[in-house]
Amino acid sequence: MKRRDFLELSSLAAAGALLLPSFPSFGGSVVDPARLLEPVMDATVNKRLADAALNAAKSAGASYADVRIGRYLNQSLFTREKQVQNIVSTESFGAGVRVIANGTWGFAATNTVTEAGIAKAAQLAVQIAKANAKVQKEPVRLAPQKGYGEVSWKAPIQQNAFEVPIAQKVDVLLAANAKALENGASYVNSALFQVNEQKYFASTDGSYIDQDIHRIWPTFGVTVVDKQSGKFRSRQALSVPMGLGYEYLTPKAADKVMGPAGSDVVGYKNSYDMLEDAGRAAKQAKEKLTAKSVTPGKYDLVLDPHHLGLTIHESVGHPLELDRVLGYEANFAGTSFATLEWKKQGKPYGSKVVNIMADKLQPGSLGAVGYDDEGVKTKQWPLIKDGILVDYEKIRDQAHIVGQNESDGCCYAQSWQDVQFQRMPNVSLQPGKTKLSVDELVSGVDKGIYIAGNGSFSIDQQRYNFQFGGQVFYAIEKGKITGMLEDVAYQANTQEFWNSCAATCDESDYRFAGFFNDGKGQPSQSSAVSHGSSTTRFNGVNVINTARKVG
Amino acid sequence: MALLSRDEAQAILKKVLSFSKADECEAALNGRTRGNVRYARNAVSTAGGSDNVSLVVQSRFGKRSGVATCNQFDDETLRRCVQRAEEIARLAPEDPEYMPLLGPQQYLSPATFAPATAAISPDLRARMAADSIAHCEGRKLTAAGYLEDGTRFTAMRNSKGLEAFQQSTTVDFSVTVRTPDGAGSGYAVADYTDVAQLDAKALTKVAADKAAGSLGAKAIEPGKYTVILEPAALVSDEGMFNRLMYALDAREADEGRSFLSKKGGGNRLGEKLFDERVTIYSDPLNTQAPGDVFDGDGLPVKKMTWIEKGVVKNVYYSRFWADKNKRAPTAFPSGFIMEGGTQSVQDMIKSTKKGILVTRLWYIRDVDPQSLLLTGLTRDGTFYIENGKIKHPIKNMRFNESPIIMLNNVEAIGRPQRLGGNLIPPLKIRDFTFTSLSDAV
Repeated sequence: MKRRDFLELSSLAAAGALLLPSFPSFGGSVVDPARLLEPVMDATVNKRLADAALNAAKSAGASYADVRIGRYLNQSLFTREKQVQNIVSTESFGAGVRVIANGTWGFAATNTVTEAGIAKAAQLAVQIAKANAKVQKEPVRLAPQKGYGEVSWKAPIQQNAFEVPIAQKVDVLLAANAKALENGASYVNSALFQVNEQKYFASTDGSYIDQDIHRIWPTFGVTVVDKQSGKFRSRQALSVPMGLGYEYLTPKAADKVMGPAGSDVVGYKNSYDMLEDAGRAAKQAKEKLTAKSVTPGKYDLVLDPHHLGLTIHESVGHPLELDRVLGYEANFAGTSFATLEWKKQGKPYGSKVVNIMADKLQPGSLGAVGYDDEGVKTKQWPLIKDGILVDYEKIRDQAHIVGQNESDGCCYAQSWQDVQFQRMPNVSLQPGKTKLSVDELVSGVDKGIYIAGNGSFSIDQQRYNFQFGGQVFYAIEKGKITGMLEDVAYQANTQEFWNSCAATCDESDYRFAGFFNDGKGQPSQSSAVSHGSSTTRFNGVNVINTARKVG
Repeated sequence: MALLSRDEAQAILKKVLSFSKADECEAALNGRTRGNVRYARNAVSTAGGSDNVSLVVQSRFGKRSGVATCNQFDDETLRRCVQRAEEIARLAPEDPEYMPLLGPQQYLSPATFAPATAAISPDLRARMAADSIAHCEGRKLTAAGYLEDGTRFTAMRNSKGLEAFQQSTTVDFSVTVRTPDGAGSGYAVADYTDVAQLDAKALTKVAADKAAGSLGAKAIEPGKYTVILEPAALVSDEGMFNRLMYALDAREADEGRSFLSKKGGGNRLGEKLFDERVTIYSDPLNTQAPGDVFDGDGLPVKKMTWIEKGVVKNVYYSRFWADKNKRAPTAFPSGFIMEGGTQSVQDMIKSTKKGILVTRLWYIRDVDPQSLLLTGLTRDGTFYIENGKIKHPIKNMRFNESPIIMLNNVEAIGRPQRLGGNLIPPLKIRDFTFTSLSDAV
């Protein structure tokens, strides 16, 4: 990552940048914002272009081919305090053709989206496949997939964020900054990221799939500096990147979820009150300056969904990616403790209350699409049932390895010019079936810490040992929140941690955390994913104190 | 089209500027061709290539500016691109941090371009991957690796007379070798300007030796240990060394939100914050790790000392922040050089009574920006040293440590080697803090 990107992101503490991020907003060509609303994709034209690619691939000797014609639109707004720092609108348009020839994958992409241009890319893909076939050991085996004919899917949004005038969006960010400054912030950076993927997929299986996908992420970082002591503390937004339109920025009372009594934490479901959160963030950052530094030791942790989503992502979502399990990511992202042999032993991944589902369906989530990037209709499937690992995350060329005959529909490419591969679906902890509020959950904790918001995070390459921070921490003593704590991070082992899971709140507390920039692969690709959960209790987790004195 | 000569690039940029009606106009051309091969489980998994040239035009009216890009270079497209930048500029808010464009500058001319790297073919990539795989197959080990090479050029020109051009090549190779039972793992990584220096087979052997040698790792109690950190443990995308250098920002320090902030205001420029043997500078003319000669503003990158004998000598001043504080602006370099000695890692092991050899640190993240405390884990080759010898492999551990503390606890500094465009020595550090064990291999 270049230093400039690093600074732009680090001022927001890069809450979504999970692993060697490549930042989608910086790809593509810079365009006039009005361009983002111009219709370019036409299913009739795209079908003709796609057929040209598929026919060219078949004539060149491909046994299978798929083509993705994609238009990827991004707009990002950056502000600090009372000023706009940057507004960038980008467009990237082109087509990628993937083929199997001589039992081997080949891929080529072009931004010349004409019948001739796309056919040439198809021929090149076949040429590459044939060259790679010479060093191939086992031929690719694809799970069967029926063609769907001509179908389409649109994200269920109410308002396309690109239709909202930039001035109006800038006003929201500057108003949030003003709220933070009014409430004692020394500095505040805010940003709004908006994405629209217009994708047309066609394959030799007989599918022609037209999709329109939207994502939005408003966020900020507030810093309070105490000049006298030289101390500073920050608090990041508790917003969530969502698969929604601009309606996410119109707060609705029903979407606000209160944290436990005494905590001053508010979580958000399908809409976000940015001004309220910015004001609260400044107050909390100020309070952090004088909060009690935690005494290290074992605590029962009560984790809010915004925080827990990241723990789920790192300790469940990643280790169950089948490509990691098999060793394809060994040189970069790593492998997994949850090998096929480990799964066979039937050891508990977590306690009996741990039920984790994978899905590409939940409305408003980042993973929700109608069909994945290899033309498979999306679904929901269990990963962990009553604490036991029952399945992985897999795509068409992996299903046979675990004796299955269908893909899970979680194949994705970050753009038309990147090859699609297995990516994490939404991975979510199921809410408790019996009624349990956050206050009831806290009331049973004798010595604990309530953590809200995701913060610092680090996990090993096989997903055993992790360390997580957070945004705000509150001491729990004898069933009650007694005040703010600072310098908190917890260290645990994935299996011990999930086996210490004692209880999870009911559906009324369920909401998403999400990430725009989950990184995997070489060259690295970024994908967006959500993780749902309710506030959950984990017993006897090791907490460390992170304060250090330097020079 | 991907690689243009200085004259070809400047001819396009001249034409772009001739279409401008703005108060100020700056145009830049960036071109790059890239190729890669990726392998895992002792077989090639993907291979690809890409090339692209793009033009960025920035037009300014007073303090308003607009940017547009295109990747076709006929007169009509260039004219439209300039017009679009001007339309966007007229609608933009005034930038309170506006700085006028730079005038003509003098740039260094290091040897950043190696013809052999620019000529890498898919066949050569496949052969290097095959050599790496063959070495591992012969030893019943499993290789996963990645080779990427690229050639790029950047050209800039503006209405104030600035003219800049640079061409460069790089090749990056990394390999992780694992034992078939997954109980041992080793890693090696290197990057060069000239592919003639890359020996994928020799690097694979280093990784394979570490993998084979790390079988039967023992757990030791986490705590403070003397460590020998190999360069790959110091430099990576989010490594301890890079993270420290990224943090040398004047504005963040002056604003009170950096480890360089001074109580009561200002920054700690000129203070001794590190061991007196720590000297870090940047020099685009270094022959082993030649660097970029201008930054995104066209500001010349010159030899600059950042830390000298433990004292902070320079911090990064953007043009705006420099102007505001009456200082010279700082161009941020593409790489850093840490001065070292002549000892190899082997020499450093020999002089160690008790300690840990760390091949690589991984998943490094900020824990506390106030102290620059970072956390992460050892990976792919961690060994216990006793009486000058590697005694046995040990299980991986999580660390929580600040690079500031690390560079105060220096025991020895070895011979620098190139990594990630930097020159970085292995470091022997006392009291490095490990906080928990990991079962990961």
